[in-house]
Parts: sequence; C-alpha cells; structure tokens
Amino acid sequence: MRADWHARNHPAYWAFVVHRLSGLLLTLFLPAHFLMLGQALHGEAQLDGLLRWTDAPLVKTAETVLILLLAAHLTGGVRLLMLEFLAWRNWQKALAAIAAGAAIAVGLGFALNVA
Amino acid sequence: MTAAAQTRLWLAQRASAAVLAFCVVVHLAVIIYAVRGGLSAAEILARTQGSLPWAGFYALFVVAVAVHASVGVRAVALEWLHLRGRALGVLVALVAAVLLGLGLRAVWAVYA
Repeated sequence: MRADWHARNHPAYWAFVVHRLSGLLLTLFLPAHFLMLGQALHGEAQLDGLLRWTDAPLVKTAETVLILLLAAHLTGGVRLLMLEFLAWRNWQKALAAIAAGAAIAVGLGFALNVA
Repeated sequence: MTAAAQTRLWLAQRASAAVLAFCVVVHLAVIIYAVRGGLSAAEILARTQGSLPWAGFYALFVVAVAVHASVGVRAVALEWLHLRGRALGVLVALVAAVLLGLGLRAVWAVYA
C-alpha cells in the first residue's frame, strides 16, 4: 500500500488527477450553464434576473474556481496532446509545471477582473 | 469493444480536444474581458444576437464538448465505476444528448 502511494506521488500522477476531476466537474456544471443561458428564450429580463446572482461574493468565488478548473483542464489537455503527438523529450515535469502556472495565471486574471 | 471502435473513440477524443483547445482559449479571453464592470444580459446579447460567426463558434464549441465529455465520462465510468456493456452505452449517450440538446438550445437562445 505504501509502495503504491509512493509510486503515484509524482507530478504526472497529480496532473492526471487534476485533469480527470476538472473534466468531471466541468461536465456536471455545463447543463446548469446551458440552462441559464437558455433563459434568454424568455426575454432579456429573465436572463438578467439570473445574472444578478453573479454579483454575490460567494458566486464570484465559485466562478473563479470554475475558471481555474477550465484553465487547468485546457492546459493539462494541451500537455497531454504534446506528450502524445510530439517527439519524446525529458520534459514531463516542466510541462506539468507550465500547465499549472498558466492555469493559475488565467484564474488570477479572472479574479482581478471580476472583483 | 473492438480495437477499431476503441481507435475511433481515441481519435474522437483527441480531435475534439484540439477543437476545444482553440474554443476554450477564445472563451476564456471573452469571459475575462466581459466580466469587467459586471455581467449583464444586454451586454451578452449585444454581442451574440444575430451574429452568425458567434453562433457558429458556439455551436462548434457545443458539438466538440458533447463528444469530448461523453468519451471522457465513458473512461471514468469504465475505470472507476466498472460499468460495462449496455449500462455504459446508455450513460455515454445520455451525457452526449444532454450536452448537445441543452447546449444548442443555449446557442439558439442567445442568437435568436
């Protein structure tokens, strides 16, 4: 068991966990996102009523987490495509670090603009 | 599942990922720009209503998401929930149908 854990505790494993969990959470979020935008079918006021929710600090925090998840899934996915389609280099850890850094930068960009 | 079918799923996942990489970068840039000063329906609809380029972009985005997420959920259900056969097929079809149906409805809602 301890050996199992030791074998998994490395950047590539954590990149896999983040990619899988962010993908699942985004898939769960999307129907709600689509239903909210679909309110425009009932008029601008209806959509605006729902958008007022986004002024609440708790919703802004949740949105920032969602943006982080989306950015992390994007950068982690690009990392995977590079690993699969480009020639092998000894850059696994560097790619994971770049992916994490880029995702955090996007999250901060959103948080600063939405605040 | 046959090896040929698995290859098709792998290809669908990577092809949709490549489309999504482009779509998500554009979407994130629009989000970060749009949230400055708060979100409003008027601002969103001013950008999207009657705009064929935006409708086309978001329709492509939705189709790619429906493919990508359903194949992704299939892998998770297979490995973590040990779903097989008909149950797995039904779950994948359901995820794809919900995302495609609600997604295209949302695209139409902000375009029409």
